[in-house]
Amino acid sequence: MVQPLNYLPETPSQTAGPYVHIGLMPTYAGNPGSYQEEIGVSPISGEVQGTVIEIVGSVYDGTGWALRDAMIESWQPDAAGKFPGQEGADPAVSGLCRFGADAVTGEFSLRTVKPGPVPSRYGKPFAPHISLWIVARGINIGLQTRIYFEDEDNSEDPLLARIEQRPRVDTLIAKKIGENRYRFDIRLQGAGETVFLDI
Amino acid sequence: MIDQGPLIPRNREMHPLAYYPDYKTSVARSPNLPLLSMESGPSEETGPTFGHERLGALDNNLILNWSKGAAPAIGERILMHGHVLDENARPVPNTLVEIWQANAGGRYRHKKDGYLAPLDPNFGGCGRTLTDENGYYQFLTIRPGAYPWPNRGNDWRPMHIHVSVYGHSFGQRLITQMYFEGDPLIDRCPIAATIRNRSQLDRLVAPLDMAFSRPLDFLAYKFDIVLRGRRQTMFENKLEGM
Repeated sequence: MVQPLNYLPETPSQTAGPYVHIGLMPTYAGNPGSYQEEIGVSPISGEVQGTVIEIVGSVYDGTGWALRDAMIESWQPDAAGKFPGQEGADPAVSGLCRFGADAVTGEFSLRTVKPGPVPSRYGKPFAPHISLWIVARGINIGLQTRIYFEDEDNSEDPLLARIEQRPRVDTLIAKKIGENRYRFDIRLQGAGETVFLDI
Repeated sequence: MIDQGPLIPRNREMHPLAYYPDYKTSVARSPNLPLLSMESGPSEETGPTFGHERLGALDNNLILNWSKGAAPAIGERILMHGHVLDENARPVPNTLVEIWQANAGGRYRHKKDGYLAPLDPNFGGCGRTLTDENGYYQFLTIRPGAYPWPNRGNDWRPMHIHVSVYGHSFGQRLITQMYFEGDPLIDRCPIAATIRNRSQLDRLVAPLDMAFSRPLDFLAYKFDIVLRGRRQTMFENKLEGM
């Protein structure tokens, strides 16, 4: 017998199911007051440094129908590319937001600060981006993706550079639809399928 | 900031497949194309932190938290407890663990749940806590009931508690479900069956834990959770030739 590798295997994922909001977004589930303070209500508070933006969009399934029961989490640094807890990070940026789609329109909205570029181990920094994690009924393990911005220089980004089929890069780039407003649609499956990450 | 090394890549063999047709909703909600793999970076190696000051005193007591302590929920009183560890078997201290569940009759307090089993006026169904310095957590709750769901003709979910964990970085983010030892519905559930490896599914089944059961008060179930670890290296973390 060789030496045993005493690593523990990661706990397997399971779908968050249709009622994920009870636990993680109680007010959205119709249960306001479950907690004195809910987590991830907004990624920014008070006097934030940088540009406040709004990103709207929908999460579409393979039939083109917008999911009404997904829960999305976003995680990002501040306008200078510093994450909460790092030295010099903007105290007005908590970085985390939890949001879901409107029950009628199927559209979500994320109001946040536009992030700065972040360093990477690949030499070139990552272009400004927001990390997303999507869970819902029918999704067995949370889907990771990123929002990049049409009006930033994404040409040297180490992650986008790894996408072989160049038209697919476009699925990670939010389109400008107004002053400090962007649209980012997520397609889980089929034509224009969003690039999801294993990272 | 000290570079603690990248996250150990996920072993996707351990996890459910995205597409599993017996779980019908997955058919239109699973990507067709492969995931893009890459070594983790700051966006995955950092994550939110939560302080005790944001938690209420009853947040991890689902028997009392909906009624704010005024009246207990109906059902089998249980303690759910365990450790959060990483793949290197290190405890994950001060991390947020959140749970949600149906009541003793299998009914969720959610505007979209129309199951005919009644709501319990003293049960909300959500709880949260932070692990201690040893990565240990506890919840007091009632055992949830099984419930039917519109999948195949007569599908019923086993008794389960949904669990959400952060760890210390966004790349460790995990949502899973805890099942109960001995529940015959586990073997009939297409959601449990999304996990390919039976020994991995068994890791979601919490054993009855008489050592932590309190006489004349509650039974206990133990549920340990393992999150991704970090790959530390004495060598410089830079890819050559890139």
